[in-house]
Amino acid sequence: MKQFLKTTLLVAATIWSVAGFAADPTVPLDEAKVDLHDKASLQRGAQLFMNYCLGCHSMEYQRYNRTFNDLGIPLELGMENLQFTGEKVGDLITNAMPTEAAENWFGTAAPDLTLVSRVRGADWIYTYLRTFYVDESRPFGVNNAVFPNVGMPHVLQELQGVPRKTTEERMIDGEMQDVYVGIKTDGSGMLSESEYDQAMLDLTNFLVYTGEPMLLEQRRMGWYVFGFLLVFTILAWLLKREFFKDVKK
Amino acid sequence: MKNLIAWFDERIPMTKTWNIHLAQYPAPKNFNFWYVFGALAMLVLVNQILTGIWLTMNYVPSAEGAFASVEYIMRDVDYGWLLRYMHSTGASAFFVVVYLHMFRGMMYGSYQKPRELLWVFGMLIFLVLMAEAFMGYLLPWGQMSYWGAQVIISLFGAIPIIGDDLTLWIRGDYVISGATLNRFFALHVIALPLVLVILVFLHIIALHEVGSNNPEGVPIKKKKGSVSEEEKPNFKFHERFTKKYDIVDSIPFYPYYVVKDLVGVGIFLFFFCYVIFFAPAMGGLFLEPPNFEPANPLKTPEHIAPVWYFTPFYAILRAVPDKLLGVILMFGAIVALFLLPWLDRGKVRSIRYRSGFHKLNLTIFAVSFVALGYLGLKPATEVYTLFSRIFTFLYFAFFVLLFFYSKNENTKPVPERITK
Repeated sequence: MKQFLKTTLLVAATIWSVAGFAADPTVPLDEAKVDLHDKASLQRGAQLFMNYCLGCHSMEYQRYNRTFNDLGIPLELGMENLQFTGEKVGDLITNAMPTEAAENWFGTAAPDLTLVSRVRGADWIYTYLRTFYVDESRPFGVNNAVFPNVGMPHVLQELQGVPRKTTEERMIDGEMQDVYVGIKTDGSGMLSESEYDQAMLDLTNFLVYTGEPMLLEQRRMGWYVFGFLLVFTILAWLLKREFFKDVKK
Repeated sequence: MKNLIAWFDERIPMTKTWNIHLAQYPAPKNFNFWYVFGALAMLVLVNQILTGIWLTMNYVPSAEGAFASVEYIMRDVDYGWLLRYMHSTGASAFFVVVYLHMFRGMMYGSYQKPRELLWVFGMLIFLVLMAEAFMGYLLPWGQMSYWGAQVIISLFGAIPIIGDDLTLWIRGDYVISGATLNRFFALHVIALPLVLVILVFLHIIALHEVGSNNPEGVPIKKKKGSVSEEEKPNFKFHERFTKKYDIVDSIPFYPYYVVKDLVGVGIFLFFFCYVIFFAPAMGGLFLEPPNFEPANPLKTPEHIAPVWYFTPFYAILRAVPDKLLGVILMFGAIVALFLLPWLDRGKVRSIRYRSGFHKLNLTIFAVSFVALGYLGLKPATEVYTLFSRIFTFLYFAFFVLLFFYSKNENTKPVPERITK
């Protein structure tokens, strides 16, 4: 039996190592160090979202009161400062942009962002928000390093400044090619580079929260369940040991 | 209390059933951990039914409302996220325990005479389970729900002559639509669970008729009168079992295996709850990321992969260049398992006493199955397709080789009794 398991594992490991090469994405994603316990970051993220994103992107599965309560924002304060469409506190966070108009304006409807972090992942969002660059061939004059030919204008340009793509010549497969290495801004934005990175981390953090608003409660409950299971399993094992004393070997 | 039980016993075989199937049912005393997965499958089935009932209370079975209603359950229903994760994790857990349960049967020859029908019922359960899981996966109405179903239903289109009409009949529309969703909902919540429960019932009735196998593959039923009184176990077994045979090396299922299974349940729940509370998407294996985007018939995802439990068969399908042949081979992979009791012509059950060649053959089979599962998740590149073909070949080679060598296999002597 042991030999059998050993062989199985060995063969499996060999196959894993032979078959396990996947294509790398062209642009490496930066790690988003999101922290759902950081209420201040989440609040700043919510503020950015309501001011810059909600005009086009809805958050139609998430409610205002749930968001304010979870983020520690007093309901009245939230309704006064973070709610611009005259909705009620228990309403879903929707917007008024008609899908058809959006398709005309941007070539595609602006996707709902409630679950974007579960579709794309935090790292992708964080990198995406920071890799817009000037590209005159595009309708809005900008392109994106992780989302080529994106239909969205760079709405955060007033914060970031005018971003330009920087490339480096590198030898690839015997040919010199321009390789993307990063984004440099002209410094005309309201935020410095590190401030902008922090702001985008806040926004990413907020989107991670809306993807799974129950995540903290879920994990907290998980530890209690583990505690219960530990006691249960020990008792079950003791019970089993006691009963099996009757069984002749 | 005694009077109450007597009142019932006069009207329905309550105590008798309890004794025959639990308290006086003889189970071999040497079950190892591989024998816990049947009980775990039962536990997961109950979990699926209970959480499923509660999910149905808030789920909206329509193309317009399904996706939003799942998010409503996740956010607005009290502990709705817990019910949903228990159900989605349960689906994957079901296949984990069923695959291990089946592998146990293969290792110890539990499908051999007289347990052929028991095995066939088990395979039917597996088949219905796959249909149940497939239809359930459409219900969240995400991108993968939609396109995964599109791919799988289109397979039936490969059948000559009736193919196109058949896919139309399954979908109820020219594309997957609300009509498909509603019929899948009906089948998922009532028709298939009903069939599943009936099959599980038959599986257990058949098991208790022929008795459980064990890791030694040695029968616990001996000829009546061939065993001395001291050698008989110190337990009372129901006369249904002792009338025709002398029972040896056995213990009653209740309480012994019930308390033993409880330990298994505790350990299983550690893994199960880890996924529910800390990794419900399981890195995209149990809940695929594109499925958090609502179904969009106009936008095909870059890479469509079925959920992990279908991928071994999916890899076999893709390994064949011809679609019809691929479909035949994919179903053939399941049919071969159905026929296992007749393909294996050996008389020795347990892998412990079978030839080294059989051990190697079964190992290669298990490795091929896992490898195919991995390859089915990956895009069909040239290298991966080559690997898929090799492992598809090895998968089927297991059955073909088994058929030939099992008749005159070089086995070890099997002991008369369970020694350990």
